[in-house]
Formats: sequence, C-alpha cells, structure tokens
Amino acid sequence: MSGRPELICPAGSLPALKVAIDHGADAVYLGFRNATNARNFPGLNFDDSEMRRGIQYAHDRGARVFLALNTYARAGQWNEWTRAADVAADLGVDAIILADPGLMRYCTERHPSLRLHLSVQGSATNPESIAFYARQFGVQRVVLPRVLSLSQVRYVIDSVPIEIEVFGFGSLCVMVEGRCALSSYVTGESPNTCGVCSPAKAVRWEESGSGRRSRLNGVLIDVYAQNESAGYPTLCKGRFVVRGGPDESPVYALEEPTSLNVLGILPELVQAGVAAIKVEGRQRSPAYVGQVTRVLRAALDACVRDPATYVPRPEWIAELERLAEGRQHTLGAIDRAWQ
Amino acid sequence: MKLSLGPILYFWDRDSVMQFYAHVAEQPVDIVYLGETVCAKRRALNTADWLAIAGRLAAAGKEVVLSTLVLVEAASEISRMRHFAENGRYLVEANDLAAVNMLGGHGRFVAGPHINIYNSETLRLFSDLGACRWVPPLELGHQAVAALQAGRPDGMETEIFAFGRLPLAFSARCFTARAHGIPKDSCEFRCADYPDGMELETREGEQFLVLNGIQVQSGRTVNLLGEFPALHALGVDVLRISPQSQGTEAVIGWFRQVIDGRADPADAARALSGSVAANPCNGFWHGVSGMDWLTDTGV
Repeated sequence: MSGRPELICPAGSLPALKVAIDHGADAVYLGFRNATNARNFPGLNFDDSEMRRGIQYAHDRGARVFLALNTYARAGQWNEWTRAADVAADLGVDAIILADPGLMRYCTERHPSLRLHLSVQGSATNPESIAFYARQFGVQRVVLPRVLSLSQVRYVIDSVPIEIEVFGFGSLCVMVEGRCALSSYVTGESPNTCGVCSPAKAVRWEESGSGRRSRLNGVLIDVYAQNESAGYPTLCKGRFVVRGGPDESPVYALEEPTSLNVLGILPELVQAGVAAIKVEGRQRSPAYVGQVTRVLRAALDACVRDPATYVPRPEWIAELERLAEGRQHTLGAIDRAWQ
Repeated sequence: MKLSLGPILYFWDRDSVMQFYAHVAEQPVDIVYLGETVCAKRRALNTADWLAIAGRLAAAGKEVVLSTLVLVEAASEISRMRHFAENGRYLVEANDLAAVNMLGGHGRFVAGPHINIYNSETLRLFSDLGACRWVPPLELGHQAVAALQAGRPDGMETEIFAFGRLPLAFSARCFTARAHGIPKDSCEFRCADYPDGMELETREGEQFLVLNGIQVQSGRTVNLLGEFPALHALGVDVLRISPQSQGTEAVIGWFRQVIDGRADPADAARALSGSVAANPCNGFWHGVSGMDWLTDTGV
C-alpha cells in the first residue's frame, strides 16, 4: 500500500489554516471553539462562519478539511457534540475525526456518506481494535497513538485494510492518548473530558532567589535554575524524585520536554505504507505551522521522489530543531530504545 | 450491593499470587477479576494457571471474571487475549476494544474502566454489543454517573472503582525500567522488586504518583467508602477494591461491614484513612481534581 502519504497540518485558526495550505498541506484538521475537540484552548479554533470560510479556502486550492470532534461527549450534553457533527457535515468537511464510539454510531446513522476517521484519542493500537471500528462504523482511517514501534506500525498496516495515519512532528504524548487521566487527577480537566491537558489556567509561576518554579494546581512540576530555559509545565514532562530506585535525585521520570520528529525515518514510513503523516500543534502560531509545513512538504516530496537516496537536509533539521519543544527531538516509541 | 476485587495491577511472583488468591477464596468478596492487565511481558502465570485459580475461586462461590490487557500491541498479545476471550466458562472484562471485537457481539462481557464510556448513548452501544456490566472511566464522578444511571439500559450493572490507587495512564515506555536506566526490552523484570510500585514525589516531597511498569498510578488512594449512601442511592451494583500487597483483607472487611449495614460509612472511611489509605483522595467522585480529598460534602 506504499504510495505518497498525505501531509496533514494543524489549523487552530483561519490564518493558520491558510498558511498550512499555502505551504503545501494536503489536508488540515480543525475544531469548533468548545469542548468537543481535544485542543480546547483559549483563543483557538473556529466558529461556524470561520469554518465555512476555511473549508472554502481549502477546497478552492484542492486541499481537504478534517473536523476534529475528538473528545468524549459529556453525559447530559450529548446535543453539543451531535450539533458539531451536524454542522460540520452541512458545511462540507471531508471527514470527521472521532473518538467516542457512541458518536460514531450517531454519524453512521445520521450522516452515512460522511467519511469517518478514528482519532488518536480512540486508543486503537492493534489490528483487532481497529477492526472493531471498521466493522461497527465503517471507519476509513485510523490515527495511531504514539506508542508503537516501527515494526508494530508495519504489523498494523499489513493486517488491516484501513488507512493508517501517524504523527510526524510536534509535541509528544508519552501516554496512550485517550487513556490518560493525569491532567484531570491534578486539575480536574483532561483531554477526554474537556479537550485540554495541563490547562494554562492551572499553571502558576513563582520566582525566587533559588530559581523559577512551575506549578500545576499547586503541584510542583519543575524548578529551573536562573540561567535555565523553562518549558510549559505539562505534568508528564516535569522533574520528580523516584523513591526506591538507584537514583533519588530529581529527574525527568516520565519524559523530557521534547518533540517528536520522524524526518530521519520518512522512507521507512512511506515504505510501510502509511496513508498520512500528521503534524501536531493546533495551539501553535500560524508562523510555526507555516515553517513546519514547508519543511515537511519538502522532505516528503524528496522522500517520495527517491526514497533510496533520501537524507534529511541539515537546514530542515535545524529549522525544526528551533521550533521543537525543549529544542530537542526524539522518534518516541517508534524507536524501541525509547520505550 | 456486591463487592469485587479488581485484577492485581503489580508484578508479584507466582507463589505470592497463588497465596493471595487462596486467601481471597476465604474473603467476603462476591466477584474476583483475574489476569495481567498491565504488561504483556509479565508471565509469571500462564493462562492455565489463571484458569486453575479461577476454578478454585468459583468453587468457593465467587463470580470469576477474566480481565484483559489494556495496551495491546503485538500479535502474541492478541493471541493470549483470545485464550481469555474464548475461555467458554467465565465472563470477560474487556479493557480494550480488541477484546470486544473478539467477542464479536456473542456473549456477555464487562466493559472495564479503560473502555471510554462517558455518556448514555455510548453505554447503550456497548449494551447492544453484549456488555452486562460497566466500570465508568475513573475520572467520572457522581454527577456523570447519576446521569448515566438515569438512562441505564436494562440488565446493565454499574461497578465503581471504590478503593485503591487509580490506574491513571499507560505508555509504551516502561517507567520502572527507565528509573533504573535500562530499556524496556531488557527490563530484567525490575517491577517484581516493587510489589506496590515505585513512589514518585515532587521536589517538595509530596507523594504524587506511583510508577508500575508502563502504568502510572495515583500517589493517593481513592477511598469512596464514605460515599456509600450516595452510591447506594444511585443504584450502583458493585464496588471494586484494587489489591495492594498489604492490607487488602482489612479493606475488604470494612467495605463488607458497610454494605451489610454493620458499620457506619463515615466511621469506616475514617478507619481506613487512618491505616491502609493514609493518603486518601475522592476528588474525581466530587467532580474536582482527582487527587483532592473532600469530606462532609453532603453529596
């Protein structure tokens, strides 16, 4: 099934959508300005009218638009989620990215011709669970959680006749998406329930003579020395003390602040037959989206043209490095040594 | 109301597991969930061992449920899951939709806490697929459970994770191996040295999380025994206790006494907070941060 994977880019706003498409995205993904999507951050996302304009802009240029409707509908507020699906279908989105199985059933019944993608929040990591979504709802594409090694990605692609989309660049979730309640344990709000992780309103910075401290709802996430650059306190990327092990000094016990970057293994992913490479970051600025899209477009085109001689160019690596969280990158779980 | 014992979440050696369940056979729990749900590499017991334990517990009058792996990646894991799913005798707790797909709409199953059912429509879908009991996601509280109970499909039992450390997250990465500076593929089963996981503290010494292989648990112990009147009023059918290496018998004892009306819920909750659950939480149940501990909320 190897061919030319699509490049899917984040659109947290209309300007970001335009920039992504202008720089070569094959498709963009976006969400409504409410809890129905997993990037429900202040100042982001689309109302109905902006979405209409965004879809028009994309379709005029041959690009597709996917609606992320990928939180779990709250008990008693079902209509807010179905309304989002109905509006998106009316506006003519090219696919809806869903996680909630109940909403999938709703869409198959109400909008039978609408293309369904399974969100990364749906936690499908193996052929058998992907088969569930295909059999029950006719899902046509699955976005894989960032927990599989390259050989496991190949195994999934070889086992199911479903398009597989993988993350290629951006912030790295260390946990299986859709199965992480760390954020709500600390702040009361999680990706599944509210579309947020480590929400900004729970963040507090403290300056003191000994350094800068970041807290999430009072919990100390990290302490930075005076000359150390401080990152956003996503709670799985703080420094903690693990008791009972060989080293009881503060360490990144779960993960460092780092970005996922698959530039180095693009030929392997293309060869494996991934249908699409996704860029994380609807919360990022249009400038960021433009730069990342441009680099990945160039890399993907070079790779598809001649996979045998493809090597990531130094300027691509340098540009992405500048944009990466903590200015460092990883292959994440794709590389088994990371696990 | 029935009392259940969830699957052992830690890696205990074979003898310890056998002894634990020999003891459980004598304990006043109604339902026992068996199996390795966290890490596929942990194979101290094989399928035959689990089925032997299941047989002994069933003979002692317990309802046995076989619990499946949460994070399923490899083909070998799917085939092991199939042994459980197709055991032909015991109910299965599905913790991934792979298990639901295997059951194929034939036969009943328990939708475990890692199946994301957040609303009545999705609960109805799983009922249509054969679920006869469900455990709400751990972050759902009283308000959401009440809404779901109101529209509960016929024949669907509701089980609440009522006591234990909350299994909050799963990863491809083994955090126990990472704490020892070794990769997962050569983990040397270091998790076997930590029968209740490794404690992770903030740099201020706050007990924050627990590392259990690829699983991250709450540092605090959820204790909903004091919420018994509200759970009862909602028509909850089963309360789940998650096993620890120490003190599980005492927890079972207090829950049993409250369910049977022989102890006051608030007194019993306090007794547990003074012993096995020294660092309790119940925030999820009250719709706030899961790590919070609220008392006298009047819910």
